[in-house]
Amino acid sequence: MSVAEQSIAGAEARGHGFLASSVGRKVVMAATGVILFGFVTVHMLGNLTSYMGAEAMNHYAEFLHTMIHGMGIWVFRAVLLTAVGLHIWAATTLTLDNMAARPVGYRNQKNIASTWASRTMRWSGVILAAFIVYHLLHLTTGTVHPNFDRANPYANFVNGFKVPAAAAFYIVAQLCLGLHMWHGVWSCTQSFGLAHPRYDSLRRNFATGLTVLVVGVNISYPIAVLTGFIH
Amino acid sequence: MSKHLNLTLHVWRQKNAKCDGKFVEYPAENISPDMSFLEMLDVVNEGLIRKGEEPITFDHDCREGICGTCSMVINGRPHGPRERTTTCQLHMRSFKDGDSITLEPWRAEAFPVIKDLMVDRGAFDRIIAAGGFISVPTGSPQDANALPIPKQSADLSMDAAACIGCGACVAACPNASAMLFVSAKISHLGHLPQGQPERHIRVRDMIAQMDAEEFGTCTNHGECEAACPKGIKMENIARMNRDFIKASLTYRPATSGGGVG
Repeated sequence: MSVAEQSIAGAEARGHGFLASSVGRKVVMAATGVILFGFVTVHMLGNLTSYMGAEAMNHYAEFLHTMIHGMGIWVFRAVLLTAVGLHIWAATTLTLDNMAARPVGYRNQKNIASTWASRTMRWSGVILAAFIVYHLLHLTTGTVHPNFDRANPYANFVNGFKVPAAAAFYIVAQLCLGLHMWHGVWSCTQSFGLAHPRYDSLRRNFATGLTVLVVGVNISYPIAVLTGFIH
Repeated sequence: MSKHLNLTLHVWRQKNAKCDGKFVEYPAENISPDMSFLEMLDVVNEGLIRKGEEPITFDHDCREGICGTCSMVINGRPHGPRERTTTCQLHMRSFKDGDSITLEPWRAEAFPVIKDLMVDRGAFDRIIAAGGFISVPTGSPQDANALPIPKQSADLSMDAAACIGCGACVAACPNASAMLFVSAKISHLGHLPQGQPERHIRVRDMIAQMDAEEFGTCTNHGECEAACPKGIKMENIARMNRDFIKASLTYRPATSGGGVG
């Protein structure tokens, strides 16, 4: 039973910080989520260079590694790592709070408004975390890549997706990304307090549009390699 | 004359907050479709009392859909299958002969079961006491037209004030979050000029109390809005978040010495 049973938390609880509060952690979740879906969008766009051939993609990769005297990529990595860390921290603590908030469940709860995407956020998130680790070991460090060549990212991209199991995992992960983004992109506007009847359909449509675009293009990469369109 | 119903109830029976509860099956026979759901339970309870058994405890008061006291989850939905309808306003014509009905209390750590289907919603009262009020001098009221309020603000405030504090939002939320309730109370004051002086301190205090009561947090499922018997909108939760962000960014500790001259 909570301390609150006895008294009104009042002044001392007010001092409890932004990050300790439920809404504060939701804002952290939303803000880091914006960074992350901004990143996947740019990542998807950058990889379009694969359709332009080996030279274009390798040139793009070289640009990423040399921009701002080679500092740029480390700044990006630091921001992304921090964002992922905070996103997972907020998700974990909020999920634990939510589980504790209903110790005895219903016999059969009827869901009316929630979506499959909204109910599976924690699972799609866990799969995405695992995918990110695999993706880094696969195409960044080359640890789990069959024939990794640091000097030729395009060849790594093509050879990596020629393994059907790897391509399949990428496609499954992208579908999880779709579920996660579709609910997350809409949901973060709500957490930031950006709700107004005039923009409600826009918020939903933006989430759907961005999700379809990112996931659709991303899934096209392994499929293009497997079908020999990119070779 | 419409045909009377024979139903099977699966009712959560729990002696008190400390004991474990369990489902018990009861027949509800010869029920008129014109009865309210609570009247049906009254009939079942009369039968139990005649047999010398403990009647089913449930909360109820006004029985006209405005007090927010009746509270039970009927077949997995707070207040039963009809939209914007409290349990007391639900009639047995919404059910078919032979139906099996599962009755459970609101389930949340913050709403401990008192007995059977009755839970303690004191957490809501403490959230209100933490900040859901305005401070005004007493005395005779000023003229109603002394303080201009746009019609739309008054309407939006009234929409939020329609919240009867029944707790269906918490019961329906997969996370047992109270944010629809808290945001309705914040919005109904926040839309009006009288609510402005304490607007920022209110949102911080009420959210702090909400967290202290161990309610869950919103993940934007929207189940609360669908379950709310008064049609409170999720837009209120966004407004609460907005107020909280603003209040947190501009927070400063209470100033001392103000007004000393």
